[in-house]
Amino acid sequence: MTTDIANSHATAQKKYFKGTGALQQILAFASLIILIIFFSIASDNFLHWSNIEGILLSTTVIGILALGTTFVIITGGIDLSIGTGMTLTSVMTGVFIVYLGLPLSVGIIGGILSGACIGFISGFSVSILRIPPFIATLAMMMIAEGLSLVISGASPIYFSDIEGFNSIALGSVIPGISIPNAILVFFFMVLIGWVLLSKTIVGRYTFAIGSNEEATRLSGINVKKWKLIIYTIAGCFTGVAGVIMASRLNSAQPALGMGYELEAIAAVVIGGTSLSGGKGSLIGTMIGALIMSVLTNGLRIMSIPQEWQTVVIGFVILLAVYFDMLRKKNA
Amino acid sequence: MFAILIVFTSLLFVLAACGNESEQEASDSGSGDTESSDNEKAAEEDSGKPYIAIISKGFQHQFWQAVQSGAEKAAEEFNVEITFEGPENESQVDKQMEMLRAALDKQPDAIGFAALDSQASSPLLEEADEKGIPIIAFDSGVDSEIPLTTASTDNYAAAALAADKMAELIGEKGKIALVVHDQVSVTGAQRRDGFVETIEEKYPDIEIVDVQYGKGDHLESTNLAKTMMQANPDLAGIYGSNEGSAIGVVNAVRELGKEEEVTVIGFDSGKQQIDAIKDGVMAGAITQNPEGIGYETVKAAVSAINGEEVPENIDTGFYWYDQTNLEDEEIQAAVYE
Repeated sequence: MTTDIANSHATAQKKYFKGTGALQQILAFASLIILIIFFSIASDNFLHWSNIEGILLSTTVIGILALGTTFVIITGGIDLSIGTGMTLTSVMTGVFIVYLGLPLSVGIIGGILSGACIGFISGFSVSILRIPPFIATLAMMMIAEGLSLVISGASPIYFSDIEGFNSIALGSVIPGISIPNAILVFFFMVLIGWVLLSKTIVGRYTFAIGSNEEATRLSGINVKKWKLIIYTIAGCFTGVAGVIMASRLNSAQPALGMGYELEAIAAVVIGGTSLSGGKGSLIGTMIGALIMSVLTNGLRIMSIPQEWQTVVIGFVILLAVYFDMLRKKNA
Repeated sequence: MFAILIVFTSLLFVLAACGNESEQEASDSGSGDTESSDNEKAAEEDSGKPYIAIISKGFQHQFWQAVQSGAEKAAEEFNVEITFEGPENESQVDKQMEMLRAALDKQPDAIGFAALDSQASSPLLEEADEKGIPIIAFDSGVDSEIPLTTASTDNYAAAALAADKMAELIGEKGKIALVVHDQVSVTGAQRRDGFVETIEEKYPDIEIVDVQYGKGDHLESTNLAKTMMQANPDLAGIYGSNEGSAIGVVNAVRELGKEEEVTVIGFDSGKQQIDAIKDGVMAGAITQNPEGIGYETVKAAVSAINGEEVPENIDTGFYWYDQTNLEDEEIQAAVYE
């Protein structure tokens, strides 16, 4: 029974990808290319390798958050706690490494596990306590925000004395090519997420729950358990984002992070994942996150006033959701 | 449902217990003070000491913690009760308004207030005025007749000094840019205008190519300072108008490896800025005297409560600090990690 629905869903997924569903991704990818061409013509300084590297680097934190939250959104849920959750994980990383003096690797794993804990608690509230995801994760957002301030004593934790911490994000592991690790981590997370979502049972159930939760439950799948797992996975992504942010800033800033969740959700939506659940892709989210940062970078390079940058990004989100609706009407 | 109720009520009990405890402490500490007062102010009855509510612009930056410690020092010295609070984020004007409203409801003897937005706070300030609660503005000042005095840095003059230093360091010619924390608050506007207008008036060969706003958010400011340098590869200098902005600029310069090419000037203090100055990535920065701001605010509030005259403005001073004078006693007292 279980494998039946999983198999039938896998074929449904294939159909979806071949059918109208791919439209959004193609649109998103085309928009990205058009934006890049536009900004290259508009400004001589756009298409330099160091600027492209800058765009990729500024995508990493929001991008990793967006990847994790794509899972949750495909189930038909939402996770508002990822922004402040990321801050809490960066603070916890600081606690492990700076306050407790644990080795770097243990601290990083600790940070990622703190993220997993946050995801687990959100997942527990949503699946076991049956609190609507919007409310449960809104509460988690506030809890994480408060805890970050409490744990850090409302002052930043500095990693300046920890040798090598800064290079987690900014060093480069590939000799000879100077690509900051953070960018590699981002693409690595895209790969992990893509494998999880399209090659494993977790991914199949993620889509199944989002398409029709009741039917999934009636087919004998333990929806509660799988939702818990999915939110925990999203939490791991939050943890990775937290470690990367702390490393890039060489400090854990306890009051950052608020509002990052909305940017991440925007990237997910632009990437073609439907907020009503059941449809979506991680490659789409990656493109969505890249569109957001190309747009911000390009407008900045053209010295467009910041107020207008925000207006333009708002319009892009509006357009993305409109295309999503068109797609649903056609389907 | 039942379980939630139990959790909720037990939480309330814990909170109630905490509340009682602190009230107990407050009345204990105030019992020796028998000075009679003819008003019915709740806070004063509890502790016997005058109560001053202080609303700052935030607390995430070390700066505000230094202001708070100065305020606490003065509170101890003048034997008054203070509370110190502020929104998490310096763009949360609405949250600050709620804090000011709550402070008014507590009927304090005086209020210390650093407005995020002068206009938005004016109705509440009028209400305080009607109730006869003296208001002492601090940090950025409040655009209103109501505050008795303002204890603040002359941000315009401080930013002008930053501009002069920038001009001196880049040889009075070249392109420069600004990363400012916001365009709404008085500090944001003054630290921008003082800098921009000084450059425009005194240094015709310096061109300001870009002014951007990063909310004082470290990551945001890093990303935008980086873009500025991409857009203008020949940029000679960048000025960051507060701690978060300046750190963002430093991060950006480090990430692009432009330590030798771009002159960075910061504002405020904090461990990362001090380290950047020691490393030579940042040429220098302007520091206010945050402890002095907190101290003078409480001191002025006490004078107001006692019905004494207070000067219209209290200049709490500012300093330029760099590698050469970082260890000076005067600077060490004004910078904070």
